Amino acid sequence: MKLIDQGVKRIMEECKLRARDAGLSFDDESLEYIVTNQDMLELAPRSMIPTLYDYWVNDIRIIMEKEKYKLYPTNPYETVINTRPPISFYNDNNPDWLNVMIFYHVLAHIDFFHNNVFFKNTWTDDFLGRARADKRLIARLRSEHGRWVDYVIEFARGIDNICGYYRELSTATEGRTSAWSRRMDFYFDVFLQKIKKAPHHEYLQNMKRYNELSRETPSIGESLFFSEVKTSYPEFDSLYERSVLKAEKWPSDLIEYLLQNSPFLNKEENKWMKSVLTIVRETALYFEPQRRDQIFNEGWASYWHERLYLKDDRISGHEVDFALVHAKVTSLPKIGINPYAIGMRLIDYVGGLAEKGRISYDYQRTRNIEKRKLFDQRTGKGTEFLFKLREEHCDFTLVNTYLDQEFVNRHGLFTVEKVLKPDKRAWQYIVKSRKAEDYKQMIIDSLWHPPHIVVDEGRSDEAWLYLVHRDEGKPLVASFIANTLLGAEFLWGGGVRLETTDMHFEKRGEGTEPYLVKKRLMYSMKDKKLERREL
Amino acid sequence: MRRPPPMGLPRQDVPPRSISETPYYIQLKTLEEILERDKRREEDGFPRKIRLGRLIRPGTVGKDKIILVPTTVEEKFYHTEIPTSGQGGDQDGGGDSARGEATGGTGSEKEGDILGEESVHGEGQEGQGAGSGSVEGHDITSNAYDLGKILTEKFKLPNLKDKGKKRSFTRYVYDLTDKNRGFGQFLDKKATLRRIIQTNLALGRIPDVARIDPSKFLVDPRDKVYRILSREKDYESQAMVFFIRDYSASMSGPPTEIVTSQHLMIYSWLAYQYENRVVSRFVLHDDTAREVPDFWSYYNLSIAGGTFIAEAYALVNRIIKTESLAKDYNIYVFHGTDGDDRNNEGEEALEQLDIMLAKVNRLGITLVNSRGGTAMEGYLERSKILATRRKLIRLSVLREDAAETAIIEGIKDMVSEK
Repeated sequence: MKLIDQGVKRIMEECKLRARDAGLSFDDESLEYIVTNQDMLELAPRSMIPTLYDYWVNDIRIIMEKEKYKLYPTNPYETVINTRPPISFYNDNNPDWLNVMIFYHVLAHIDFFHNNVFFKNTWTDDFLGRARADKRLIARLRSEHGRWVDYVIEFARGIDNICGYYRELSTATEGRTSAWSRRMDFYFDVFLQKIKKAPHHEYLQNMKRYNELSRETPSIGESLFFSEVKTSYPEFDSLYERSVLKAEKWPSDLIEYLLQNSPFLNKEENKWMKSVLTIVRETALYFEPQRRDQIFNEGWASYWHERLYLKDDRISGHEVDFALVHAKVTSLPKIGINPYAIGMRLIDYVGGLAEKGRISYDYQRTRNIEKRKLFDQRTGKGTEFLFKLREEHCDFTLVNTYLDQEFVNRHGLFTVEKVLKPDKRAWQYIVKSRKAEDYKQMIIDSLWHPPHIVVDEGRSDEAWLYLVHRDEGKPLVASFIANTLLGAEFLWGGGVRLETTDMHFEKRGEGTEPYLVKKRLMYSMKDKKLERREL
Repeated sequence: MRRPPPMGLPRQDVPPRSISETPYYIQLKTLEEILERDKRREEDGFPRKIRLGRLIRPGTVGKDKIILVPTTVEEKFYHTEIPTSGQGGDQDGGGDSARGEATGGTGSEKEGDILGEESVHGEGQEGQGAGSGSVEGHDITSNAYDLGKILTEKFKLPNLKDKGKKRSFTRYVYDLTDKNRGFGQFLDKKATLRRIIQTNLALGRIPDVARIDPSKFLVDPRDKVYRILSREKDYESQAMVFFIRDYSASMSGPPTEIVTSQHLMIYSWLAYQYENRVVSRFVLHDDTAREVPDFWSYYNLSIAGGTFIAEAYALVNRIIKTESLAKDYNIYVFHGTDGDDRNNEGEEALEQLDIMLAKVNRLGITLVNSRGGTAMEGYLERSKILATRRKLIRLSVLREDAAETAIIEGIKDMVSEK
């Protein structure tokens, strides 16, 4: 692994100038390394972070990847990581014309990392440096506590996917996304309704009074309103402050709950484990936005590498080479989902809608199909809208908001069902639906969505930690429950219960349609023994 | 499990690149260290985590590769799809059908159009017939020995006490390995020259060893050394293993995975126990049985019609009889199924079992089923064959979510002498 030479760096810097002119924004500094396929194999299990802490599971993955490589050699062009400065890795055999395309691709990723609000918690963080410090700390702890450090890493990683990503994000973006203050929320949602149990008319009077004051004096309307509140309810301020304090102390997720409340971790001799848990949690949180932005981020990078490359005069003569590589990366497969292809086309589609003024009430109100086809307000704001889109959306919101029937029709998309035909001894691939809602649901089902599992404090005590899994229409992987609870038991230092929902289809008889059966279950792990019972 | 996706451009279609030095930042553990660590987990009161994974490179028969790699799963709370009752399909191979995962696609076809078909038989080995029954040409042979060693040593599988002794079979081959002076089939020039020099030195015809003149040599006809044909003992394979796998529709998914994993381990363990002198035969059955030429086909061919167990046993009995295998080999038969059988009473299967048990050293049946009360369990139970002929037949019942440790325990049950 070595830095790119000055000649290639010069190409990159020129790409930066052109990308900036087109509207992308990123820091001046960036680091580019040339790597071999072998380097890539060794970095991939570490999420491409060279300084990530050592852990035996990653070693196993590297051994496996190397064997796999012997059978299925792969040769990725590049990878970029969300660090400060951003680091990108390039394959050592890329020709210069290809590097121009790849640089544009990488710059669009960096622009996405730096501007998409779902990455906000990574904006001020030098993750590479932090990871190096974490790696050193874990190495030191390992020299003191041996393999027990790896057990703690393992058990913490067992629950690191249910980290409180959105809670952390909402704290970071507060004020930016909400025009409504927390004090207002507390007054109207909690104080009046839950504490004072104010009658309906009083609630409406308060609302009316607030609206009056904020209309008359918009800048100080809220403070005037609360000075009036103080005369009616002198206790309001102290109750509000207490609630803020409680909310700030309330743990975001299971690992944080354990850090604050586990009797085992808070014993003097076990306090070192808390550093390990914190490292695992923060590492998981750092990667969360990347998991939720694959379609959009890859689509964004592909959209821009195409736009910028085709305008770049330095690559004339390589248009056909480019077309071939670009098609391999971004073509829609006959069967399957390619996030690069869907993302790029969806962004292009939304840009087109904005350019023609179709993201508007007027367009939505137009029912006539011919008028819809001809609807074009020539706003000239397509690209501007895309930059706003890239700031505010993740995969789910992008797909859920903009993937519609027109998009599905334009690209001939459909959902495919794979059906086993025993008489033919073959799998058949059948076009199942061309409806946008079905296609959208299929994409949404494939997105990252960890289960919602929280601590029920009312039913937890020192002897038992009580976890509740909210039913979201999908069961948990049953074979993973035992070992995950075993880890949680270790970290809590007592028994752990998990309330969840088991679901399966049953038939009433031959030839009848299967119906869904749901059962609320409780798993209990105590002294490394698992019990399961229906609730 | 899902790692954060690296942001980058994928590429699949280019040849492998050169291999570089291991970078400074990677401190890889060796497989031995990793296995040693895994052993320590049990001592610390936690279940083992290392599993043995297989990577298979599809290709033509004889050029396939099966590579064994250590693997592990990081268990977490993950969502999964709701199991549908249609999965596994109709056991009689009739009109019902199982459904795989939904995905997307693009094109001009209409809803309900069939985009294409993919054989459940992988690369389509149909019609190739039974071959040598060995796994020659597959890398698995060398790997299997190592896996067997690991299984025996690390997972404490039993060592066969009488390996290489019981009914050992030797045969002779003839080769030009003996030496003879004066006459023979093939002149050994080096040995002949050595003898001529010895003779001439003794006769004093070589006064200066630094300046030898070969034209002055006196050659005695008895100095000529020949190689002649000689009878050589050749150790023949001592174990013949029949692997029988139910690949009916109901075996789809985890049951097949468990059976193939377990059979690979048994094969490896035997390869180690018999120092690679093991011949394997592979039989697949649904409602009919057929022999496939190699482990690759055995491992890859999947999901077909209904189930009729007696067919498979009858085929094995036929092979044993027509090839007179019983006098030459220690025969082991391992059968993996989910216990469904077209004939609930199992008369035909029991009849074939009776014939088989007269010839084999051990029949191990793995039944992968979480529901219990299957047809096969029923008739084996009623016949009391498991108790009365315990030395010869063993049944191991595994759940569909059985972990590797349970699979290995199953092997211990099936191969132990107790």
